[in-house]
Amino acid sequence: MTTSAPWTPDQPIVSLRDVYKSFGSLEVLKGINIDIMKGEVICIIGPSGSGKSTLIRCINALNDIQKGSIKVEGQEVHTDKLNKLELRKKIGMVFQQYNLFPHKTALQNVMMAPLLVLKEDKASTEKRARELLAKVRLADKEDAYPGELSGGQQQRVAIARSLAMQPDIMLFDEVTAALDPETVKEVLLTIKELAAEGMTCILVTHEMGFAREVADHIYFTDRGVIVEHGAPETFFDNAQDERTKLFLSQIL
Amino acid sequence: MTKPNNFAVLKPTPSSASLQYDPMTVSRFLGTMSPWTLFAIFAVLLIWPTIASAQSGEAVRPFNALWRWMPFLITKGFLFNVLISFLCLVIGTGAGVVLGLGQISQRRFIRAVSWLITQLFRNSPWLVILFIVMLALPYEMTIFGEVYYYPAWIKAVLGLSLPVMANISEIVRGAIRSVPNTQWEASEALAFTRNQTLWRIILPQCFKRMIPPWMNWYAILTMATPLVSILGVDDVVNLTRQAIVAENNRPELLMPFFGFVLILFFAYCYPIARLTLRLERKFAVKL
Ligand SMILES: Nc1ncnc2c1ncn2[C@@H]1O[C@H](COP(=O)(O)OP(=O)(O)OP(=O)(O)O)[C@@H](O)[C@H]1O
Ligand SMILES: [Mg+2]
Repeated sequence: MTTSAPWTPDQPIVSLRDVYKSFGSLEVLKGINIDIMKGEVICIIGPSGSGKSTLIRCINALNDIQKGSIKVEGQEVHTDKLNKLELRKKIGMVFQQYNLFPHKTALQNVMMAPLLVLKEDKASTEKRARELLAKVRLADKEDAYPGELSGGQQQRVAIARSLAMQPDIMLFDEVTAALDPETVKEVLLTIKELAAEGMTCILVTHEMGFAREVADHIYFTDRGVIVEHGAPETFFDNAQDERTKLFLSQIL
Repeated sequence: MTKPNNFAVLKPTPSSASLQYDPMTVSRFLGTMSPWTLFAIFAVLLIWPTIASAQSGEAVRPFNALWRWMPFLITKGFLFNVLISFLCLVIGTGAGVVLGLGQISQRRFIRAVSWLITQLFRNSPWLVILFIVMLALPYEMTIFGEVYYYPAWIKAVLGLSLPVMANISEIVRGAIRSVPNTQWEASEALAFTRNQTLWRIILPQCFKRMIPPWMNWYAILTMATPLVSILGVDDVVNLTRQAIVAENNRPELLMPFFGFVLILFFAYCYPIARLTLRLERKFAVKL
């Protein structure tokens, strides 16, 4: 990875500058600028297809970009010299569809990456994995396979699985969108606790109440640009842009 | 500053239209037969020579001859076919797995070559492949100045292994493709390397799915082993022919003798096909 000036916690932990991304001729991101400080929680909201998923997938290099700069802890992501494994050790990601490994139990799902990637010893990994499962209130489901768990339970295992890598930043891509209303609450509670502990979180969400409660900053994207952003109170109560107003009126 | 999208986890070489062909046809056909088919074949074989030689009153004699030859045909003939099939399966599976993984390699060149080899041997007549191998390979090999001679049937094994290899390669590729891309993404996001993802996440999930088609190809392979008789290898078909010659080439021997060979193959492949279908149903339920 490129080593420019060393990163210090007073600088943004994630910084996007003029990010452009297209799939073939389809331009999805058209000049995105975002700065996130350590410990901050930001929510990205916007209509379907506006590029929210693409945006956060660029941060851990699941998507490449055409133009601009993405820096994570001061290190450039958009470069050929990128060490993807090192980047991804710092960033946890939770998907809408959980994506647990179906052939492994909940505990094994959580333990796998620390064992294989961080090469940690089994005893301490197992101890931490159990603690994490307890933290997401699934201590009694350690030996269950994903197929035996409800959506909300699977999603909480997925969160624990990401946390087991002890990341500095967590990405959440509409993690409650596939859940029924009952189980949404459990998952949001888990994320809320995480945010309260000071984890840097980047969330894509349609849960406006949750965003308002937990976010330090809200970004509204439409057709690949950030139309408006601000603190939750100003954003929700005092939106300036017409598109934002329309979107909020439809969703609230 | 644009660079190629090297983040895509899997970019398979587009496969030919042959994907639509259901390679499980053989097992489906065999496996859904009633077990009584075996007895039906027996019955036909019994009746045929009876009618054929009713005039001469020699109806029973062909079976006497067959009875005498049976142990020989089974031990020296059919078991040899089974041996050939086993060796082909081992070689074909080993090479096929390597080739199948080659088909999903990240290196374009390896992917293209693996795809080409797979398609070549998958879509050529087995007998032609067999002929080419038999004629192209020498009968002897010189290793460190020492000359080794090896029998023709070894070459036949190699020749039959090639189409098996190609079909196993497709099974491996198809099974890996059947695992949702999101599993690759989740592994990537957890900083797994590609090899870790493949061996720890993807292959364990699709291993079971590969077993029924693999067994299906074993049945096909077993039934193809008589091809080697055309190339002078003394398998069950060649030995049967020789036995009939030894019995003065009487025409009424043809049906009982070759019918017996048919029954041997049926009796061997039928349980395999049944098991294949059972496993297919069983593994189909779970993702
Ligand atoms: N791998 C891809 N190849 C081609 N086009 C893609 C790809 N991924 C996303 N797109 C396109 O990019 C656009 C933005 O997609 P994206 O998934 O980022 O939207 P989104 O804001 O997350 O929407 P949603 O709220 O529905 O999840 C869409 O038009 C989508 O079709
Ligand atoms: Mg999305």
